[in-house]
Amino acid sequence: MKVVLENLTKIFPSRDKKSGKEVVAVNDFTFEIPDGQLVGLLGPSGCGKSTTLYMISGLQKPTSGKIYFGDDDVTELSTENRGIGLVFQNYALYPHMTVMQNILFPLQNLTGKDKLTKQEMLDRAYNAARLVQIDELMDRKPSELSGGQQQRVAIARALVKMPRVLLLDEPLSNLDARLRLQTREEIRRIQKETGITTIFVTHDQEEAMSISDVIVVMKLGVVQQIGKPQDVYDDPKNLFVATFLGTPPINVLEGKVEGGKVYIGDEAVMDVAGVEDQNVYIGIRPEGIEPNPNGVLTCKLNNVEVMGRDASVVSSHEASRNPVVRAIISSDIQVDTTADTVKYNIKPHKFFLFNKETEERVYFEVK
Amino acid sequence: MVDSKHQWKAWLYLSPAIILLLVFTVWPIFNTLRMAFLNGYGNMAAMGGATFQFGIENFLKVIEYDKFLDCLKTTAILCVATVPISTTLALLIAVALNSIKPLQKTLQTIFFLPYVTNSIAIGMVFATMFNIVGYNPVEKVADTWGIINNVIQFFGGEGISWINQGSTYTANIAVMIVYIVWNALPFKILILLGGLQSINKQYYDAAKVDGTPKARVLTRITIPLLSPMLAYVIITGFIGGFKEYSSIVGIFGEKMGPPDDAGRLNTMVGFVYDALEKDRQGLASAGALILFVIILVVTLFNNKVIKKHVHY
Ligand SMILES: Nc1ncnc2c1ncn2[C@@H]1O[C@H](COP(=O)(O)OP(=O)(O)OP(=O)(O)O)[C@@H](O)[C@H]1O
Ligand SMILES: [Mg+2]
Repeated sequence: MKVVLENLTKIFPSRDKKSGKEVVAVNDFTFEIPDGQLVGLLGPSGCGKSTTLYMISGLQKPTSGKIYFGDDDVTELSTENRGIGLVFQNYALYPHMTVMQNILFPLQNLTGKDKLTKQEMLDRAYNAARLVQIDELMDRKPSELSGGQQQRVAIARALVKMPRVLLLDEPLSNLDARLRLQTREEIRRIQKETGITTIFVTHDQEEAMSISDVIVVMKLGVVQQIGKPQDVYDDPKNLFVATFLGTPPINVLEGKVEGGKVYIGDEAVMDVAGVEDQNVYIGIRPEGIEPNPNGVLTCKLNNVEVMGRDASVVSSHEASRNPVVRAIISSDIQVDTTADTVKYNIKPHKFFLFNKETEERVYFEVK
Repeated sequence: MVDSKHQWKAWLYLSPAIILLLVFTVWPIFNTLRMAFLNGYGNMAAMGGATFQFGIENFLKVIEYDKFLDCLKTTAILCVATVPISTTLALLIAVALNSIKPLQKTLQTIFFLPYVTNSIAIGMVFATMFNIVGYNPVEKVADTWGIINNVIQFFGGEGISWINQGSTYTANIAVMIVYIVWNALPFKILILLGGLQSINKQYYDAAKVDGTPKARVLTRITIPLLSPMLAYVIITGFIGGFKEYSSIVGIFGEKMGPPDDAGRLNTMVGFVYDALEKDRQGLASAGALILFVIILVVTLFNNKVIKKHVHY
């Protein structure tokens, strides 16, 4: 089932009359989510991810815009008729019911031609439980489960009625780092096994990048960029997207374009023939700079951190907007740690220019 | 730990509370026990120099006294009838109040008013509503008025003598049930409304996503999540019911019954007061202790039954 959002907008009216400021939680969101894909909705806190999800679920009404499931316009359809499964940010498992009862609950609500026999319900519940590997915990209450187990129960409850669309609101935010890694793979596996179109909200870019087929980056209610995770990472449309994606974060330096060359301080670091003169932010991925005695960019060397396979060269530069300029290199490469300065070479395809005022990407041809 | 040198200070600071507790709680309890086990104890007689044998005669007298069983019956009927009715009504009203936005505060206040009104005063209003007796000199019979009978008559029924001369026990009890239920509502609504408002809204969103019909949301989600509050309300309801007294005074006066059958609606607490009035403190104490044991047993039983249904 593909999901289409058309100019979706949500405005919350202001609470107090005095300030009179309404909140535009989601602004003109247009997007077609292809059938059977896992989409990661990504952005900082308060950017409208949950609101978008709730509008798709029908729990909140859009101020304007349309939502289609397949070819059906579901904008006016009530939640229970949309055939969605929703996993809440804090799971919302019914605390007084066992795992089994929680998973059975949506099935027991089915009426008319969808009504199931007791045995069918049990079979479906066990299938869903097996899928998320909690079939041995069926008699426990939610309070007797770990966070990860609760999360899987919530997914099973959402999956058991075979929803057309599965919506997950920050499903991993309550888990510890290890469980988070494990569970996100699990979500990926379940989604591939069921083939249900899934929309998944997170503010953790790594999480979104690692399991999504497509990511949507949002900021203050406005969609910034949509694409395959790697494409967005390699080709960010603006400074926000570039800085939001990637750990360690992209290095950002101030500089200018003059006569077809990019200058950081006095050093010309890149040829960008054809680009107009302007002030720019320069973004360089940490894996895009490499210490080299003949390098083009000179930084003050702070220290080198070796982390197994990789090493991280930590340096600083006056023009840097981040506290440090970081390079990730193979730990085989030798760096003279006694030196005061380090010179870097820059890989052009890891090097992005953004106009200083608009923070929009300035494209140039890589030679 | 308090430094032992300063311990006397701690006792000093605690002393007002301790003295009050000793005088008004510990001593009366002890005294009740003492009087209950002194055969035929009476304060006046004791002051006159009489001595009393230690024994259980008071208890035997209470149990043998046939009016006591009547008191027990009335009390039990009132409890068993009013607690389920008032709890159910309070639940429905609380759920309704919780689901409306406009006027919620106003309605909440209105429902809460009986709680802060004197129960004797309310009783007198109820008495007025259910009947006032007057003498009809033309037909030479007692005439009854009252808004309830007026309503019944308006719909073509015949007025009933609810609380006056010639009223039946059933009619009396019906009035008491209406009154007690109405009087018990505000506290229960308050507790249940508080409970409802502390239920996480996401459970309702989840239920909505799952397409749960409204009635099922109430029975499968709201009531189970409210069960600790419901248990509290039911248990305190029974305890209050067993102590029923002033409400009956409010409607029937100190006679505890209609004019032609005084004492018909007497309750356990009423029995205790009667005995006190007749300088039979031993008997009263024994009655109070029996009442205490009954309340204890009922509460333990309630607890046991309710535990099975209270979640988490
Ligand atoms: N019911 C509401 N009334 C008014 N404003 C709201 C309401 N719900 C959300 N907002 C506002 O809308 C904006 C988007 O909220 P939303 O919950 O969608 O953020 P989010 O991206 O899910 O954030 P988080 O990562 O913290 O969960 C926020 O500025 C929030 O304050
Ligand atoms: Mg959110």
